[in-house]
Amino acid sequence: MAGDGTTLIRFWGTRGSIPAPIGYRAVRDKIREALLAARGRHLESLESIESFIDEDLPFSVAGGYGGNTSCVELVTGGEEYVLCDLGTGVREFGNRVLAKHGPGKHHRFNVFLSHLHWDHIMGFPFFGPSYIPGNVIRIFGCHPHMMDAFVRQQSHPCFPVDFRSLGATIEFVSLEPGRIYDIDGLTVQSIQQNHPSDSYGFRFSRDGKTVVFSTDCEHKFQVLNRSYPFIDFFREADLLIFDAQYSLADQMSVKEDWGHSSNMIAVELAQLAQVKHLVLYHHEPMLDDRMLEKVLEETRNYAVMTHPARKLTVTSAYDGLEIVI
Amino acid sequence: MEISEKQHGKISVLTPVGRLDNETSAEFQVKLLYTVAESSNVLLDLSGVEYISSAGLRALMMASKKSKATSGRLAVAALTPMVREIFAISRFSLIVEVFETMAEATAALG
Repeated sequence: MAGDGTTLIRFWGTRGSIPAPIGYRAVRDKIREALLAARGRHLESLESIESFIDEDLPFSVAGGYGGNTSCVELVTGGEEYVLCDLGTGVREFGNRVLAKHGPGKHHRFNVFLSHLHWDHIMGFPFFGPSYIPGNVIRIFGCHPHMMDAFVRQQSHPCFPVDFRSLGATIEFVSLEPGRIYDIDGLTVQSIQQNHPSDSYGFRFSRDGKTVVFSTDCEHKFQVLNRSYPFIDFFREADLLIFDAQYSLADQMSVKEDWGHSSNMIAVELAQLAQVKHLVLYHHEPMLDDRMLEKVLEETRNYAVMTHPARKLTVTSAYDGLEIVI
Repeated sequence: MEISEKQHGKISVLTPVGRLDNETSAEFQVKLLYTVAESSNVLLDLSGVEYISSAGLRALMMASKKSKATSGRLAVAALTPMVREIFAISRFSLIVEVFETMAEATAALG
């Protein structure tokens, strides 16, 4: 999609439901574990330290998954930016745009909104480019009354700057689920998903590459077979970003009908649809970095169990992750 | 998939053999739900199950809910290594009682 046959997907926010910033105790635990692992090692040079961090420490110690809520950027290579969702991750995205280009250069942003729940729009009041006249923000979605949700969250007494006083030109564009659109050279199709008040997944294609963004969807089926509509929607995607917030047990018991899926359902659907790369997304805020790392390892094991002969790449999204396909 | 049934004292023991997946889970579900409705103590001998998918686990979840609603007990025992790992991945070990062996399970449920 970037014009050279590759597509870059940049994850700005990957957490579900509510931001989950890392606290003092978790940082201290990481430092302690790193220092324990460093005992007896020769780490005199900066290079050896960098190598130790990158190659010898687990990701949960060397880094972490982050705490921003849903926001993903698709780098298309064009002038116009493409985003999925406006969770708190969009704040850092906006800061990066401003740092890179300065406030004087105007941009167009095409945002595809999965739904209107708070964690998917709460970053918008802190999206710097929305304050700058000359910028154009087009918010595409399938929900009626999208604008109302933005006006409500950005009005007295919830926020000091009224939505209607923002400097940028902000347009809301309704999409019809199932219909195929061409938006700035990007082929886009949406699908209705099972979530309280509905959500919508998006399938993006350009230059022979396909990315599916499917968050906040509870997949409920008695038996999974090829007639399940999401199999076609996900079919042969190069990258599938999938809501895997819960364990299967939670999804089917105490959190049934809460509108989210699990890592096992993710793998089974990805295998049936012959997806190439599955990304676990919308992480449960209760899970710390060590648990998310464990879930990733288990998911990779399950991918092998479900289809030993087929290679399904599985990644767990984190704030700052970049994937090139 | 073959599912045999026998009675061990007050325990109804079901022994499925094969894969519990999209192809077989419907039959498994019917048999399991019927057994849970008929008996308050149900034990699944999973020593012959080589794989269980989410569809098989869904059947187990439905049976577990039904059993708990009538103050019954539903347990599984003798899991093969792969099924044990899937129970861990799915966190189903927190939903149904899991026993290492059939002897331990029948002693506990009997």
